[in-house]
Amino acid sequence: MVLNSIENLLEKYENGETSIKEEQRLKDYFASDEVAPHLESYRVMFQYFASTKQELYTKDVPLKPKKKSYIYQWISVAAVVVLMLGIALPKVLGDDPLTVADLPKEEQIVYYQAQEALAMLGANFNKGVSSVNALGLVSENMNEGVSNIIMASDNFSKGVEQASHVNKLAKTTSKLIKNK
Amino acid sequence: MTQTDFVKLVMPFKDKVYRLAKRLLVSNEEAEDATQEILMKLWRNKAKIGEYKNVEAFSMTMTKNFCLDRLKSKQAQNLKIVHSNYQDKNESLQKEVENKDSVDWVSRIIEELPEQQKIILQLRDIEEYDFDEIAKVVDMNPTAIRVALSRARKTIREKLTKTHSYGVK
Repeated sequence: MVLNSIENLLEKYENGETSIKEEQRLKDYFASDEVAPHLESYRVMFQYFASTKQELYTKDVPLKPKKKSYIYQWISVAAVVVLMLGIALPKVLGDDPLTVADLPKEEQIVYYQAQEALAMLGANFNKGVSSVNALGLVSENMNEGVSNIIMASDNFSKGVEQASHVNKLAKTTSKLIKNK
Repeated sequence: MTQTDFVKLVMPFKDKVYRLAKRLLVSNEEAEDATQEILMKLWRNKAKIGEYKNVEAFSMTMTKNFCLDRLKSKQAQNLKIVHSNYQDKNESLQKEVENKDSVDWVSRIIEELPEQQKIILQLRDIEEYDFDEIAKVVDMNPTAIRVALSRARKTIREKLTKTHSYGVK
């Protein structure tokens, strides 16, 4: 009876129509020692299936938690800190601006000397500027002179034209004289 | 998702991934590499893992695709995956040899099957998936899966009876 049902199951199995449960029955049957001799070849197959299922993946997986580098974020933080310090420090530390009175005597003297020298330099410089202005006047006069010269040359060319008239006149008079 | 959560999630099917990879790639090392690759991929996409309805089926599909790609690229390079799964276990040698010989036959026969049938047979007869799950992995309708499975089983049985009767005669 058992053999009969097993043979039926095997046929269904070969047609791909068995359910998981029925296949389990087949597997159990072929795992036992009482397998009918003519089904011996099936036994090898089911044994193989059972033994392969024992195979395990034994290597461990190197799951490194992703090491995200936060360095850029820290750099931005550092930059902000440096910027803030740059703005805040002079305000905190440099509260009173330095005046001349704070300096020692020698330095004050040097300071005043330097100031005087610079003032002198400034006055002389102004003088220099005014004499350069005189040059500007000269150049204006020169421009006027140039325009006068141009006018003069105009008059001159007019004079030359009149002279040529005089020339013609002379020629005609000399002809008249010859004819006489 | 922490590392322990991930390991808990992956634990139940990592062996299945490995066995499927080995079914397709044959070599132990290749299968181990493939499994590692798949697990790493899952880990890298762990943020999205919650969106998948069935992580196991998804992983098996990934494995299938990865191994098929792998085989294709090896073929393109005119290389064959050579396996050297020869182990030296001295326990009850006599019995081992007898059993292993015929069991080896089965694995050799399965090796000769077309890839599609290999995958389906692996998922059904070894991992005991039901047809709906297999359909998700191989993206085929259940009828086609049944046909492929039936073909694979018949081929194995025929070849086995042949070698078996050779042995007897």
